[in-house]
Formats: sequence, C-alpha cells, structure tokens
Amino acid sequence: MPLRLLKYGLSGSYPVTGDIPATPDLKPSYDVVIVGGGGHGLACAHYLSKHHGITNVAVLEKGYLAGGNTARNTTTIRSNYITKEGIAFYKEGVQLYEEMSEELDFNVMFSQRGQLTLAHSEATLRSFHLRAEMGKHAGTNIEVVDAQTVRELSPHLNMDEGGPLEIMGGLWHADGGTARHDAVAWGYAAQASRRGVEIHQRTEVEGFDVEGGKIARVRTNRGTVTAGQVMIAVGGMNYDMAMKAGVELPIRCFPLQAMVTQPLKPWLHTLVSSVSLHTYLVQSSRGEIVIGGGSDPYQLYSTRSTLDMKEHLAEGAVHLFPFLHGVRLLRQWAGITDMTPDYSPIMGASPLSNLWLDCGWGTWGFKATPVAGKYMAQTIANQKVAPILEPFTMERFATFDLLNEMGATAASH
Amino acid sequence: MSRLPAPWGNRINRDVPVTFSFEGRTNQGFAGDVIASALAAKGQWMLSRSFKYHRPRGLMSMAGAEADTLVQLPSDPNVQADRHPISQGLRVSAQNVNGSLARDRDAYMDKLGRFLPVGFYYRSFMGPTRNSWLKMWEPLIRKKAGLGVVDLKAPHADYEKANLFCDLLVVGGGLAGLTAAIEAAEAGADVILADMEPVLGGALTYGRDGVDRLDALLKQAAALPNLRVMTETVVNGWFEDNWLPLIRGNKLYKTRAREVLLATGSVEQPAVFRNNDLPGIMLGGAAQRLMRHYAVKPGHRTVVMAANIDGYRVALDLLEAGVELAALVDPRPGGSGGALASELAATGTKVIQGVVEEARGKTHVTAVKVGDDWLDCDLAVISVGYAPMWQLPCHAGAKLGYDEDSARFSLTLPDAALGIAGGLAGVFAADAVVADAQQAAQVALQRLNLSTREITPVADDEASLTNFEPVIASHPMGKDFVDRDEDIQVKDLQNAVKEGYRELELIKRFTTVGMGPSQGRHSALATARVVAKATDRSVDQIGVTTARPPFGPETLGVLSGHHHPAERRTALHREHIRLGADMRPVGAWRRPYFYGPKVDAKRLIEEEVHAVRNGVGILDVSTLGGLEVRGPDAGEFLNRIYTLAYKKQPVGRCRYCLMTNEMGTVIDDGVAYRLAEDLYYVTATTGAVARVYADMLFWNAQWRLDVDVLNVTSAFSGFNITGPKARDVVTALDGDIDFSREGFAYLDGHSGTVAGVPVRAMRIGFTGELSYELHCPSTYAKTLWDAVIKVGEPVGMRPYGLEASRILRLEKGHILIGQDTDALTSPDELGFEWAISKTKPFFVGKRSIEMRRNKGLSRKLVGLSFDAPQGDPNVPGESCLVLKDDVPVGHITSVLWSPTLSAHIALAYVHGDDADEGSVVTVKCRNGVRLNVPVRGHTFFDAENKRQEL
Repeated sequence: MPLRLLKYGLSGSYPVTGDIPATPDLKPSYDVVIVGGGGHGLACAHYLSKHHGITNVAVLEKGYLAGGNTARNTTTIRSNYITKEGIAFYKEGVQLYEEMSEELDFNVMFSQRGQLTLAHSEATLRSFHLRAEMGKHAGTNIEVVDAQTVRELSPHLNMDEGGPLEIMGGLWHADGGTARHDAVAWGYAAQASRRGVEIHQRTEVEGFDVEGGKIARVRTNRGTVTAGQVMIAVGGMNYDMAMKAGVELPIRCFPLQAMVTQPLKPWLHTLVSSVSLHTYLVQSSRGEIVIGGGSDPYQLYSTRSTLDMKEHLAEGAVHLFPFLHGVRLLRQWAGITDMTPDYSPIMGASPLSNLWLDCGWGTWGFKATPVAGKYMAQTIANQKVAPILEPFTMERFATFDLLNEMGATAASH
Repeated sequence: MSRLPAPWGNRINRDVPVTFSFEGRTNQGFAGDVIASALAAKGQWMLSRSFKYHRPRGLMSMAGAEADTLVQLPSDPNVQADRHPISQGLRVSAQNVNGSLARDRDAYMDKLGRFLPVGFYYRSFMGPTRNSWLKMWEPLIRKKAGLGVVDLKAPHADYEKANLFCDLLVVGGGLAGLTAAIEAAEAGADVILADMEPVLGGALTYGRDGVDRLDALLKQAAALPNLRVMTETVVNGWFEDNWLPLIRGNKLYKTRAREVLLATGSVEQPAVFRNNDLPGIMLGGAAQRLMRHYAVKPGHRTVVMAANIDGYRVALDLLEAGVELAALVDPRPGGSGGALASELAATGTKVIQGVVEEARGKTHVTAVKVGDDWLDCDLAVISVGYAPMWQLPCHAGAKLGYDEDSARFSLTLPDAALGIAGGLAGVFAADAVVADAQQAAQVALQRLNLSTREITPVADDEASLTNFEPVIASHPMGKDFVDRDEDIQVKDLQNAVKEGYRELELIKRFTTVGMGPSQGRHSALATARVVAKATDRSVDQIGVTTARPPFGPETLGVLSGHHHPAERRTALHREHIRLGADMRPVGAWRRPYFYGPKVDAKRLIEEEVHAVRNGVGILDVSTLGGLEVRGPDAGEFLNRIYTLAYKKQPVGRCRYCLMTNEMGTVIDDGVAYRLAEDLYYVTATTGAVARVYADMLFWNAQWRLDVDVLNVTSAFSGFNITGPKARDVVTALDGDIDFSREGFAYLDGHSGTVAGVPVRAMRIGFTGELSYELHCPSTYAKTLWDAVIKVGEPVGMRPYGLEASRILRLEKGHILIGQDTDALTSPDELGFEWAISKTKPFFVGKRSIEMRRNKGLSRKLVGLSFDAPQGDPNVPGESCLVLKDDVPVGHITSVLWSPTLSAHIALAYVHGDDADEGSVVTVKCRNGVRLNVPVRGHTFFDAENKRQEL
C-alpha cells in the first residue's frame, strides 16, 4: 500500500489538502484574466504562475470548475495527426501527460494503453499510411498494422471477414491513452491557486469594454475588473464570448454526444475507434465502456442528447463487439464543440492587442490541455505568440495557410 | 421459510414450481417470482458485495434500481435480481466477489476503508517511478473495478424496432396514470398507457387497501378500445418533441406522442445511519412488495422507522403477516400516523419517538439502536420520505426545486406538451390523486382539442404526512451510507467539501456519488441535505445533478436493433458473378475487382488493361452518381455549383464538372449532359453523390432558383464501352442512335433507343480510349448488357474490373477525388486552371480560388515514375512522403504498375517550386530509403489525347 494512504489511515482525522479554495471577492485589477475555468484555462494559469512568475491572475468560470467540455469529453490522448505542425504540437502534449501526475502531485491516471483505429476500406488504409509516414518522420510511435495484428491487439473484435465492414488493417498508436479528465483540471487548479492564482466560480463574463484596440475592462455578474491581458478559453461558447469583444471567430458549433455503460470487469484494453462506423470505445478505470462518435450533423447550441445518435453509436459498438448486445447503457450526454474550417484549433493573437485566443478545439481539446496551457502562458507572458503556436493563429484563415486535420479527427477526437 | 397464505402473493402461481440456481446451489421458487423474492423466501438475503468495500448487500427497494441487487446470469451481467423473473434452469451468480458470495476474499476491503479516504486515488499510486501507475497500480486497480463480467461468447439475440404514434402517452400505470388514461380515452383520445411492471396498478398492487380500487379501474380500462396498455414496458427517456423510447423486452418502440402525461410516482428514500446497508434493512415498499406480490415474510421480528403515514400502513401490514413488531420508531416530534396510529396502538405496539442511529449484524441485521437501546430484530423497515421520480420530466427540461417546509423536491414543468400527475406532482391521498390525474388528463385533452369537463379538486390530506426532514444520523465511525451503489458515506461528502469541492457536480465527480446504477434515485436527496449543511446553503441551492437519459439501464442490443450494414448491388450483380468476377466492397457497393479466379489476379488484371488498350472492354459504371437538374434555371444553377459555364452548353453535348467548396477545395467532379434546354443529367463520384445532392439542396434553399434536383443514382444503370474497337461494338447494336464517327463526336450526348432500351449515350470515358457510356433505366440494364455482350463477342470485347480501371485512369493521369485530393486541394494544385471559368461572376469557391492563386502554390500534383521492377521494395507506396530539405511537403497519392508502360507510375504532391517537368524531388519509401526522382507531367499515356477523339 502506498505510504501516503497508510499515513491517512493511521491519522485520526481526514487530512485536508484543500485543492480548490473558496471563491474570493473580485479584486479591481489583475495582470491576467482568464475567461473559462476548464482544463485549458486552468493549465494556462498553472504555467503562468509556475514558469513565468505571474500570479496576479483571475480565472473566471461561469458555472462550476471544469464543468463544460472538460467534464464531457471522452479523454482521448494521442498525437497521430496528419500535419507536421499538428504532430509536433500534440506530441509534446502526450509527453506533458506522461509527466503530469508527478508535476501536479495529483494522480491524473494517465493510462497509456494505446489507440487502435480500424480501417474497413482501402481509402481509410491509405489515409492511415499517410498519418503513419508523417508521424514516423516526426518521431512519434505510430504504425499501420495488418488485420492479423489488429486481431492480436484487440482479440474480441468482429473482423467481419468477407463482409462489407471487413477490417483490413489499423493504425496503431502505442502512445495513445486516456486520463481522468476532472483530475487534470483539479490538479492544475490546486497548483495554480497555491501560487496565488484566484479561481472564481459562478462568475460569468457579461461583456468587455474595448478601448483603443484593446480590452479595457471585463464585466462580470460579480463586478467589473481591469486586466492587463485577457485569454478566452470557453470551449463551446468561444464564438459568443469573442463576439462580446467584437471579434468574429471562424467557428461553427456542433453538438457532440457520448454515452457510457454500466461498469464491467476489464476486457477492453486498448482504445478502439472505427472511422467508417463513426464509433469509438474505451473502457474506463471504473470499468464502464465509454462510447462516442462524430459530431451531430447540424449546428446547434443545445447539450441535449438524442435517441438517434444513441442508436447509431449502439449499432457501431455492437457491430465491432457483437457480444456487447446485452450490456446496459447507463448514461448519455452531449457537449458543444467549436469547429474551425480546417479542424485545427485557433491559438494566439486576436485583432485586439491584449486579447489572446485558445479556442476552436472542436472535438479534440482535452489532449492538448497541458501543451496549450504551457504555450498560451508563454505567449501571454511574452505578449508574443510562441513559435510552436504560430501555425495555429487566426490569421491563417485569411491567408489560406490552413492546417488540414479533417481526416485525423473524424470520430477519433 | 414457508410463504404467506393467499391472498398474499398476488404475482406468484403456487401450482408452478420453478427450479433455478444461485451461486451453484439449487433453489425452488414459483412462477411469477423474481430472483430476489425466490431467494428471500429461502432465507437467502445477501445478493452481492458492494463496489468498493465488498460489504454484504441485499435487496432494499424491490423496485429495480440499486447496484446491490445486480446479479450475473451466464451471458448477462448486471441483471436486477428484484425485477428479473426466475425461469426453469436459470443459473444466477453473485457479482463483484472474489471467490464466493459467502466467502469473498476481498471482504478485507471493508476493514481497509479507513486507509481509503474519499478521492484517495488522486493522491496515491503515483510512485515510486513515473511508470508505476501504468505498469503496477493501474493493472491492480483495474482488476478491482467493474461489476459484472461480460460474456465474450454471448450468443446472438434478436432485437426489433417499431414506431408508435398516439394522442397521449401516459407513463406509469398506478392510480394516477390509470385514472388519467381512462379519463382521456373516454374523451376519445388515442391513448397509450405504459408501465414497467407486469401488471398495472403500481402501489395499489402492494399497498394497503389498494386492491378493490384497482379492480374497478382495470375493468374500466379494459372496456376502452382506444386505450392501448403496454405492461413490462419502460419509457426510458424523453427526447425533444415528445419522442420517447418505449422498451419492452428486446423490442424498442420509438414513440411520437402529441401529449405526454407522466405519472411515474415517487421513490421511497432510505435513511442514513451506521450500517444502514445490512441485508434485512429495507424500505417500506420493499417489505410490502415481498408480502403482497410474492407472499414472502420479510422477517420474524421487525423495527419500523416511520416518518410518514405509509410507515404506519407498513407496520400494520407486517403485523397482519405475522411479523413481530418490536417497535415503531417515529422521528417526528409529536408525529403521528393519524387514524392509523390508534389502529396501531390497539395492537399494543410500542411507538418510540426517535431515530434509528445504528444497526449491527454480520451479514444480516440483528439489532438496531434507538436512543440508548439496542432492539433485537432481523428486519428493519424504513419509511421516512419520498422523492419524485424526476428523471423523465427533467429530461424534458423540468426544474427540480426543494421546499423546506414540506422537506420535499417539487417539479416546475417546461413549456412543452407534457404534464405530471399523482405522486410525481406531490399528491398522495388516493382521492386527491384521482382528481389530480383527471385534471391533468383534461389539460392534455384541451390541447388535443377534444371535449373536456370540469373536475372538482380534492384536497390532499396526506401531503404533510409524507416527508420528514433529514433522517441522517451520521456516525463518527462512518459506514453511514448515503450512496450504497458507490459506497459513499456522510464523511466522504463532508471531506470533499473540505477539499474545496463545494458545487454538487464537483462533489459528484470527486466522490462518484450518484454515478452508480441507481443514478442518484436513493442518494440525491440525502446528498443534497448533507452538502447543504456542510456548505451552509439551502437544499434548494444545492439541487440535484443533471438527469440524463436513459431513465434506467437499457441494453445496447435494444438500441442497435436488428442491424445489418447496408450492401448495395448494381442491376448487373448476377451477371458479374456469372462471369466469375471477384466482387469487392467499395463503400456500400459491391463491384467487380477483376474477372476470373483469384490465383490469377495479377495476370487477369493486366489482360484486362491490354484488352482496353488494344481491343475493347466494358465496365459497369452503375454505381456512379446520377442527378437530374431540371427547370428554367438549371443552367444558372449549374453555373453556380460547378466551376465551368453551362448556360451556353448546347443540348446534346457533355461538359466536365468540377465542384469546389467555399474554401476553394475540390470536392467532386463529373459530367453534365444537357438533355434539353431545361434538363441536365449530371454524374457524380460514387462515394460523394449523396453529399453532392445534399449540398445542391442546401445551396438552392438559399438561392431559390427555379430548379429541381433529383438523385437518380439507383434508377439508372450504366456501362462504359472503351477501347480502339469500341465503335465496332456500338454500331453493331440495333437502334436509332447514330454511333458513327461523324454522327457521334467526342463529348457528344445522344438519347434514343438501343436494343429496344431507352438509352442516354455519352462519348466520355476515364481510360483515354475511344469510349461510349450507355445509361439506361436500371430495370432494362440486363437487356442492354446482354445485347452489348452479344455484339462485343466477335471483336473480343472483355469485361474489366475496378483494378484495371484504376490502372487505365492513372496511365491517362485522371485524378480520383478523395484519393488524389484532400480537404485543402485547390484546382490550381491539380493543374486544373482550364476548368475554372474566368468570366462567370460567381460560383461556390470562386473567391477563395482567386485568393489562393494570388498567394502562389505551396504544392502541386505531378506525375512520377519509377523504373524498378514490379514488387521492388524501393518503389514507394501510396502515402509515402515527398521531402524538401527533409521536411514533408507532399506525398504520393496514387501509385500503380502500368502494364502498358512497363513502369510504376504515380501521382504525387510536390513543393510548388519543384513542380516543373524535370525538377528532381526526394521521395521517402516506407523502408526509409530516399529516392531522387524527376518530375513529369501527369498524363503518362497519349498526352496528345489522340485516342479518345479517334
């Protein structure tokens, strides 16, 4: 038994660590105001305070901490993207996850069990080869595997030999994994607040006062504050939030749904994802099978889930693992995703000199939590976009320097 | 233990014994028994071990919710023992035990509890090294996780789906639901009444004095033909616009109801005290169900804790069943059971004012502590309050509030065609429930424009007697469970608050309270009360966590249904099989890959290529998308959708179509054949036609042009006759189309009758050879095919498959959308400047194409060839990278061995600066070898286009 638990057990009372301090009153002024108390905002606050010594920071959260897309995503962590810029960025993201529990002294349960993406067609296999070639060239752990290896990696899969969804091979990403999403946010919150960052829950930003090409004041339901620098990271609501500052983002919002079964004893080791079926499955550390897929096909700002998507995801899951037909579903939910035209995020500068963007994370933001936080903090501290983020700035849409990740995100997140 | 005499046991048939086994031991019950009742009748109360601490657990609600009653069937994990009927030979075992239920090797976890405080896993299992979690701790913990075991060899089962429609769907067949359904059906509404139990009646079937009332209602309901009763049916969620899944067995009824009335009642709430989870401690409703439904005597000597009038009713029931009543404990100062109190007093029962503070017992309760006294008992019955069954109304957007005075949750309904009645609406006394249900039905009838009547309201004289402020006796030693599913004690919630997790959603996530199978049904009220106290806020401010579908567990099979992936076949499928084709999936379609035995694939494919280059071949192109664009604005419409100009295209001519999106990315190509002034027949890529069609409708919804688009892909079949001898074949056909060189020029389109079949003929092709494409209605496809095959025979015409087609197109340098293009490919990158009209004021993507052109090309698609022999590992495969200064700048999109040229030929993206013929680019093979290759144009064969215009 780990020493720490022994200590807990033998001490008379519960030793309080105090992860999240109670929300204090707003001060009139902060060096940095971070709008959005999700994983990204909290990670940025952590790195601002840790790497750059900036601690006069307020994180403003409309609801409860990490209650938006941080709470709703299905926690896939991977770096098997297509563009060299994307691969370099997400690769560092995976590395930061490997160090995260140690860095935060909070077990985020990063479980690197590998991600297996299935190809049911030659076209998919071709796109896998491209991702593998790009990944290998950049030094990530990725390879295209044949049907026999797929069978060995996930022995219970329905290979559908001779059928219309025959598994012809797969993309094996041994570095892929999952982590406990809430723990990531809480760990960052605990570290940042210990260094003096203020976390304000139930604090909604109602507007920005823009003067002279910059944000002069941030208006909230609990009062108005001035800020040297402002970052917005409110996944799902970024378009509306930026509009409050008069900045229009090239973002459209689509619901993304997921669901979870009752807990089962472990049987599914890897993350399994099928491009053609728009379905992926992963077994959580609690034993639940988490099932997700692609975004809803229409724009919407509602987090209500639908029967149709549930049926569709169940079809995919039962096709891949037919013995699951008797397994019971416990809960379904939805989040709102910010989709950009090229399926890559927007990070960096905005038309306002002190407004920084960390948005457009679509369906894949969780895996980037640490790396986006680290470099957004560097960007804000230096007031200059970090080199690794330069390909991701909003200007790319005006100049057509797009980062096409469409093929690497659909139903894989 | 013998059963109680009739009329106890209204669900069992004592004439039909049923033998089943539990944990390997044979048991006998009766038809109508559920697993838990049959076991309880034999004195087996323990059903499972708890999730975290492996504590002994048994039934609590008999209503199918908590994890404690989940058992394992051979192919079915997590089955509710208190709802699943027994059947002959059924094999049941306990879940989450290491060893056996009686001797669980993990029972030590209960003692270890003090070392595992709430959220302990966030603060431990990290060392000694960075990999320890992954390599050591996680595998260890994963073994302890989960409940049931999934049967990896579970046999196939059949599932069905159906659609239902009704005026009014009433959910819950208790007193309120039955009354409302009858009220609405009598007014002429088409009503469905759904209830999850095998018989209607709800609490009337097990409560005191319910039976007479029920019989009358059932007779009334049976006489109404427009009232459809669906028992054993779970309404498992509410979705937008009254779209509800009704699940009965393996069948899912997707139901659209004009009005919904929810009468799902309330959930009895447990009390919190130390060891409140021992088998033998159950809710009042559970004791009543055991007796009235199954004739099971729940114990010999009982203590009843009653904080409402129902608790007194249960006490009287227990006395009638011959259970010794040690005491009735009423926590309410001055609380009373009304008239029932005197009835109880007459039996000589001791009534104690106080609370049960603790229970003891090893695997079953043996005594409970009230004040300073331990009262011996083998049954403790808890009846202290209710929470409304809020899940369905909350799916629909209802808000749950808490009223401090009545200590109850109450619902505020959203603006929807939805109502609530009875216990769910906080109405309890029977006569008041009837009036409330009738009134709720009247509201629905009014919205349905059916005749209505006035209902006289009846005051609810029991409302104040149902709930009581917290019966939460937290204990310094813990094991006072708020959530039995997840083994959450009072101190776990309090400690979470101390850590700063003050919002209910955070507490849920940190402690996992409410995340188990019962999804907070039995824990939400107590949780809210504990958290309110710990954070010094009101219960109303704390609330409950969001209720999300489904209402109860539902199998993936019932959601998935009878699912078979669709497979599409062309009208000529059987002809291909007859000719020995190797049929392969291409999207949903099956297409001939080549013709002949698999072992000769390579030779046969080459022969098919040579046949086309030197003679004539025929290819089934029926899978190609076909769209008819019709109307006065058809030309204008195509002008906006595609990049070339179509308004001046003469009737009887074909023109290339290139489609781009708003980013200027190439998304499809095809050919438009103008059949008439106002009618174009447009082809689209096999895989893209559905999206192209949707895009066309999407755009015209905005443009409002006078045009109609029809997807005729399946209505038309087509085949391409191609090769230097193609004309010999088509001219030999009977018909009124002039296929001569003079009569039918390249890119001409002619319609007429061929071999008695109406045909649309186009001189287009993908091979670079003289080609005729004949399209006809699919019902005629075989007739036309047979005629063509017959006249082709003398000139040696050969059917060819997809692989030969791919080689032929690559030799000619034609691109395949989706393979040679990606989500950012611009026409300029393909060298398609010729396909972009310079004069049109607008088409989708025009602005982007021009902006991207001004930026200069970052990459371009070119031809490459490799002289190495076939099979050489140093020939790069598809997707191999093109490097410039070791940085990827492009990749190979297509590469094949060309039998015509005896070389490997490829299309590849290279850097824009290296796109000129003769520039040398670096290609990285899969094995890492880098090759320097000269760039060439991407037409490898007949660059002068002489052959297709023959």
